[in-house]
Amino acid sequence: MRHIISLLMENEAGALSRVAGLFSARGYNIESLTVAPTEDPTLSRMTIVTSGSDAIIEQITKQLNKLIDVVSVMDLSEGEHIERELMLIKLRAEGEAREELKRLTDIFRGRILDVSDHTYTIELTGARVKLDSFIDAIGRDLILETVRTGASGIGRGNRILSL
Amino acid sequence: MEMTGAEITIRCLQEEGVEYLFGYPGGAVLHIYDALFQQDKVKHILVRHEQAAVHAADGYARSSDKVGVALVTSGPGLTNAVTGIATAYMDSIPMVVISGQVPTFAIGEDAFQEVDAVGITRPCVKHNFLVKDVKDIASTIKKAFYLAKSGRPGPVLVDIPKDVSAHKTEFTYPASVNIRSYHPQGRGDSQQIRQAAQLLLEAKRPMVYAGGGVVLSGASEQLTDLVRLLGFPCTNTLMGLGGFPANDNQFVGMLGMHGTYEANMAMQHCDVLVAIGARFDDRVIGNVEHFAQVPRKIIHIDIDPSSIAKRVKVDVPIVGELKLVLNELLDVLRASRQKPDVEEMANWWRRIEEWRVTGGGLRYKNSSEIIKPQFVIETLHKLTGGDAFVTSDVGQHQMWAAQYYKFNHPRRWINSGGLGTMGFGLPAAMGVQLKHPGELVACVTGEGSIQMNIQELSTCKQYHLPIKVLSLNNGYLGMVRQWQEFFHGNRFSESYMDALPDFVKVAEAYGHIGIRIDKPCDVEPAIIEALSRKNDLVFMDFRTDPTENVFPMVPGGKGLSEVVLSEDL
Repeated sequence: MRHIISLLMENEAGALSRVAGLFSARGYNIESLTVAPTEDPTLSRMTIVTSGSDAIIEQITKQLNKLIDVVSVMDLSEGEHIERELMLIKLRAEGEAREELKRLTDIFRGRILDVSDHTYTIELTGARVKLDSFIDAIGRDLILETVRTGASGIGRGNRILSL
Repeated sequence: MEMTGAEITIRCLQEEGVEYLFGYPGGAVLHIYDALFQQDKVKHILVRHEQAAVHAADGYARSSDKVGVALVTSGPGLTNAVTGIATAYMDSIPMVVISGQVPTFAIGEDAFQEVDAVGITRPCVKHNFLVKDVKDIASTIKKAFYLAKSGRPGPVLVDIPKDVSAHKTEFTYPASVNIRSYHPQGRGDSQQIRQAAQLLLEAKRPMVYAGGGVVLSGASEQLTDLVRLLGFPCTNTLMGLGGFPANDNQFVGMLGMHGTYEANMAMQHCDVLVAIGARFDDRVIGNVEHFAQVPRKIIHIDIDPSSIAKRVKVDVPIVGELKLVLNELLDVLRASRQKPDVEEMANWWRRIEEWRVTGGGLRYKNSSEIIKPQFVIETLHKLTGGDAFVTSDVGQHQMWAAQYYKFNHPRRWINSGGLGTMGFGLPAAMGVQLKHPGELVACVTGEGSIQMNIQELSTCKQYHLPIKVLSLNNGYLGMVRQWQEFFHGNRFSESYMDALPDFVKVAEAYGHIGIRIDKPCDVEPAIIEALSRKNDLVFMDFRTDPTENVFPMVPGGKGLSEVVLSEDL
């Protein structure tokens, strides 16, 4: 099953490679991984999307907790949470297709950030499924370039990951 | 007063009460060696290869409750140390390794003797540090010792660039450490402990399975009290030997791939299993699916939550320091004034006794013609009364030492269990001998393993370490040969070692005494002679039966009850 694991870790050189190294050394999957400093510059927040049986997810959280640089770990998928991913996508936009692409972008609540004679560059935010659907709706032929951040996640309401 | 980074490094080691620093100098650590030269509190032991420095620090740590410390230079110094670090990591040995690094301004430029030490060691250390500012040296070393020793112990690497060791700053050694992300568990959960006590009291076929954690946490006394209070059978893992006295009748021997029949059968047929400081690894429980087929309740006590439910499902997990958890468990059991059912216990012990008979105990067919390796270990045990420190290398001789030397005390059996590092035995024995001068330290090895670090005979000479080396020389990489005989149609691919040196002359060339023993009748006199030479290293080259195999054996991938007892494989 797909899990979204959030963690706070020391914002130090090498901390990221400890997490990445743990996943590769123990053969765990990483679907995506995002990381950036938080409001407290000594801390980084990481969101890892992974998959595995309950036993494997339990090991992943335990092994992450064991890393000295990791301050706290939460499996967001255990409760109510919000997941968002940002995608920048460059499309071939020529002739009649330009109008249709504009309309699809509006339907998906995307924004056109850059326009040239032959291209649109669109920003789209949402859960993974929404971004996948947009790609399917456009069709591979028109896609020139795709950049996705991977999911970021946060718990709903009082579910807070802090020190 | 301002001090250089190098002076601070050595001063920190003094503050930590480090007696011995095992190391090898080189360009990047010249400042540190200079600071070392100008003091006399920390004694440096100059090894002949960095791997040996780390193994020696490891042996020192395993035979005491102190942190082992090694010092190596950058580049090849560090890479040579990696095998030693990984060895310590797999067996959770508290250790601090200080490595030199090229100057900060040269890092990343492929400088002479540069490697990414932090990157290379990351998967085999508990934690590591690159110190980029001289102001951070003292606090980093303080943290390193704290991390190495607390919680589940392990090696910690501190990488110090050459310019940082030359820079100056004021020295203050922190009185305490606070790492906000690191809070090892002390006491166990009381409710879980009560639940465990209940299960133990209701057990009909109980089994205590204790590992290296018992030795590391100094909980042997508590373990022994628990086992005797309840009247349960107890087995030890390879790493746990000595954690429970081998001469106790409740001890059913080592379990696992080369464990006793009764230990493995009791593991397989028990209804309540309490695992203490052990981790259900593949060499211990064999095939995990086979193991899981039997319905039994498992209580698992360990300091490391990630060891629990890693390979087998656990009913009552207890995370905490073994000593504290076992003390609390003993209190609960004593306060309950209950005992396990007397009749059920008698039945269970009757079955175990039957297995003891069926298994026939640890046995081999002795010979008056050719030396049986087991006979050498038995004789060593007899002549030393089971009180020696025994280090080993890896292979058949290691298993025979584990089987036939009966350890009654913890920290006497020093071997590389997890990583299985050939070349460990002799340098580890150096660390043990330095920690225990005047005590008998025997290194049980083979002609294959000993040659992986034989250069350390030179270190032994320099520091007058009267280690007794017992080399079981059968001309083969015995364990490889055994597997080739059983599983690869007797095709002994590259397991025969031709052109072996004359080990007696090798020993003599290094300034030691060498004895070659060819006949069984000469085994005992040779060991007596060696033991009588209190101040000399004696290298005993026993020419043993090359066809001898280690039994019992649970073949790889098989279940514990699918054990092979003798040559009928």
